[in-house]
Amino acid sequence: MANAKSWNDEQLEVILAKVLLSGVITAAVVVLIGGIIYLFRHGGSVPDYRVFHGESSVLNGIRGILREVAAGRGRGMIQLGLVVLIATPVARVALSLVGFVRERDRLFSVFTFIVLITLVLSLAGWRF
Amino acid sequence: MSVFDFTALVWFGSVVAGFLGALTGLGGGVVIVPLLVLALHVNIHYAMGASLVSVIATSSGAAAAYLKEGFSNIRVAMFLEMATTWGAILGAFLVAKVSTPSIGVIFGVVLLVSAYLSSRPRKRGGTASQMGAVAQLLHLDGSFPDGAGMRHYNVRRVPLGFGMMFVAGTLSGLLGIGSGAFKVLAMDQAMGIPFKVSTTTSNFMIGVTAAASAGVYLRHGYIEPGLAMPVMLGVLIGSFVGTRVLVTAQTNRLRLIFSLVIVALGAEMVYNGLTGKL
Repeated sequence: MANAKSWNDEQLEVILAKVLLSGVITAAVVVLIGGIIYLFRHGGSVPDYRVFHGESSVLNGIRGILREVAAGRGRGMIQLGLVVLIATPVARVALSLVGFVRERDRLFSVFTFIVLITLVLSLAGWRF
Repeated sequence: MSVFDFTALVWFGSVVAGFLGALTGLGGGVVIVPLLVLALHVNIHYAMGASLVSVIATSSGAAAAYLKEGFSNIRVAMFLEMATTWGAILGAFLVAKVSTPSIGVIFGVVLLVSAYLSSRPRKRGGTASQMGAVAQLLHLDGSFPDGAGMRHYNVRRVPLGFGMMFVAGTLSGLLGIGSGAFKVLAMDQAMGIPFKVSTTTSNFMIGVTAAASAGVYLRHGYIEPGLAMPVMLGVLIGSFVGTRVLVTAQTNRLRLIFSLVIVALGAEMVYNGLTGKL
């Protein structure tokens, strides 16, 4: 196996970098817009973060989030941005898998697949 | 105070945390939780959720930058991520099982150890002279840009590194931090990987590790949007600026002060945890 990076490796790294960067930026923009809406509506009320209550079930789950965003809720939009953020490293792993499959590296395709499945299972336990 | 004032305060604190975190290489996440819990009396679970989110953001951004430089070892990262992701899920589940004061104490200890680890002089050389058995099997060796050309390096003690990564992942999930210091420790000290490669590869792995625990965090409601929003945005901005600041005598003094602050925060977390104030 080549120790030096092949041209394909470098190409893949560029793609991974772009995916990571655009994911973070997109997420940040969505969170920012959501934050502005949220502050606009709720800026005057008093926050209570001292006591822990489980998040309202409405915001847990993609469908719930999209409904909130459609209703113009800032918190929903922030949650959407957070979902994009969390999905970014997952997308990166998926692309790495594509890379290893194309290189015909069976062993590392398996490793990457295991990581991907782990991530998906962890997030899928979260109600869609 | 109002939500607006509170948010502005959190945002400002996050910018400073991100800036100093980038400057010292300790990351902003390590400071965010104590900051929110000790100074603003935020419940530790919400603080951890916000911190975890910021960790994903900064590490993904940093990883993008380092990938372009060609230092990260993606094979090592991919292999070790199996350990870190499983550890992260375990750690995230443990949050509900471990008492809050205990989490506070563990957090404080981790802060103290992180400050100690980052204060040690960077090792130049001392990398693996030979390939370890597992490393050879998996072709984990690599090369990185070094002056004129590419310098090749070996990797060793992969099973040990794997085990250490599992622990690092568990800490990440349990505390909502990146555990970068421990990941670098495992790669640099145990596996003999050159320091610059260790740090960049660690950054590459932190985001994936945190994403693994994020699922559990979301399910248990630890991630509160109103809090995660200013923390994420603030730490991103702070670390972006922090990485672009030239290292000068002033910054070295800042780093020293920050390390002392971390030690103080760590001690206070331990104290508060032990005396039941958390």
